[in-house]
Amino acid sequence: MNLEAVKSIYFFEMARTRRTLLQSVVSPVISTSLYFIVFGAAIGERIEEIDGVSYGAFITPGLMMLTLLTQCIGNGSFGIYFPKFTGTIYEVLSSPISMIEIVLGYVGAAATKGLMIGTIILATASLFVDLSIAHPLAMLFFFVLTAITFSLFGFIIGIWAKDFEQLNLIPMLVVPPLVFLGGSFYSIDMLPPFWQAVSHFNPVLYLISGFRWSFFEVSDVNPLASAAIILVFLALCMSVLTWIFRTGYKLRN
Amino acid sequence: MAPIVSVSNLSKTYASGFEALKGVSLDIEEGEILALLGPNGAGKTTLISIICGIVNPSGGEVTVNGYDVVRDFRQTRAMIGLVPQELTTDAFETVWNTVSFSRGLHGRKPDPAHIEKVLKDLSLWDKKDNVLRELSGGMKRRVLIAKALSHEPRVLFLDEPTAGVDVNLRKSMWEVVERLRASGVTIILTTHYIEEAEEIADRIAVINGGEILLVEEKAALMTKLGRKQLRVDLAQPIDEVPNMLSSYKLSLEENGQCLIYDYDTTAERTGITALLAALAEAGIRLRDISTRQSSLEDIFVEIVEAGQ
Repeated sequence: MNLEAVKSIYFFEMARTRRTLLQSVVSPVISTSLYFIVFGAAIGERIEEIDGVSYGAFITPGLMMLTLLTQCIGNGSFGIYFPKFTGTIYEVLSSPISMIEIVLGYVGAAATKGLMIGTIILATASLFVDLSIAHPLAMLFFFVLTAITFSLFGFIIGIWAKDFEQLNLIPMLVVPPLVFLGGSFYSIDMLPPFWQAVSHFNPVLYLISGFRWSFFEVSDVNPLASAAIILVFLALCMSVLTWIFRTGYKLRN
Repeated sequence: MAPIVSVSNLSKTYASGFEALKGVSLDIEEGEILALLGPNGAGKTTLISIICGIVNPSGGEVTVNGYDVVRDFRQTRAMIGLVPQELTTDAFETVWNTVSFSRGLHGRKPDPAHIEKVLKDLSLWDKKDNVLRELSGGMKRRVLIAKALSHEPRVLFLDEPTAGVDVNLRKSMWEVVERLRASGVTIILTTHYIEEAEEIADRIAVINGGEILLVEEKAALMTKLGRKQLRVDLAQPIDEVPNMLSSYKLSLEENGQCLIYDYDTTAERTGITALLAALAEAGIRLRDISTRQSSLEDIFVEIVEAGQ
């Protein structure tokens, strides 16, 4: 195990976060605050409690997931795409470092950054609403595993992407609809039966529901199903990465 | 002594179907400077990329100090430093950070004293806190060299290191290369400036169309392939080469004022004595004579053209 190399990549990536503090940390905090003002204060006052939880508190796990997913995919993909784009990837590829160590460095940094921002949002949210976490361990389970899984997913996108358009395609076009339609801002009970059924095919629904359950013990789907979905998605990402490393897909060809 | 880098029957076909290397074999001795010459697209960069682990080979094998570059990549890559052809740098990093990062990537513990030495050797010390995008092209090239030296490699690859670099910097870079060689580092360089190879290399390998056309000690190559030219300046211009001199295949140049005779230094007889006698016999008076050795560049062009 080339620990020095893993550390080097990890801290190199984290240094980028420090350099772009405004963009990486301040902007998600501002956008989350805006969500709270619009959905929580302006609209939320007109919405009754959902399953005994105030609307502002209800949307907090959804907002955290929204940011976590976008941030982790964004960081995970950019971290590996940028050296590919500038050409500095040559150095990583010619270093005595296995692909697993490369992933540990890049994905570890992307997930860390996602978790940091998620935590900041949780802290910001607690300024607006009363929050309690019923199952802290389950909350950590969903929080950390989602961060790792979606950073891995981002890493795969970063390897696959040929240009900046492809790099942004999934984070911009696919993730927001899945998150918004995955019950970030409502319980799917509020939807007509047809859309309820459709929602069950949205994997993000399971993530948000499980995460929300760890806060308030209310959920749209069984929390165990949520845990299973995240583990399946994690396994899927790892299999794809294993295939990429075996074949050298888009990296060593 | 076993070669430090041994390439045997190496082939590479890219996904596009392009066959970049066709069974290349090459041994590189420890401590030597090998110049790899070849026209654009000859396979130089592919060869280097496979040895360094950036590109997967399609067939054949490469060992560095006895280790296989695919199977034992940790051992081989730790020994190798690479200065790529393209000026690829992390625009927003400082010189110090990017060079330290390279050392870490190669699994070496931080060693500020070594980084300081490398930066000083390359006259980068006063730029250590500068962000890379602020540096000139020549400075960036030096940073790439510093990165490649950050982990104290035993084998250094320089892929077109002096492309687009001014004369002064080029000189100081070759001084660094000389010092590295003196410390026992094996150096493989590709260059378009053949006079550089002529000046600095111990051995020359010529590659074209994915095949090694020749590997030879530079001095031996120069004598073996080195043709010489005898130039005879005439006291009075002549209209044509007299028939009695036709066996010398002379060419008449500069409006009949000069005769050129090509001869082979390795031949049993150069024919110079006989030619001079024949010229006297023909009544041609000479003003001056001079000889010229063909340069590595002439040799290179000759080999590449012969291979096509």
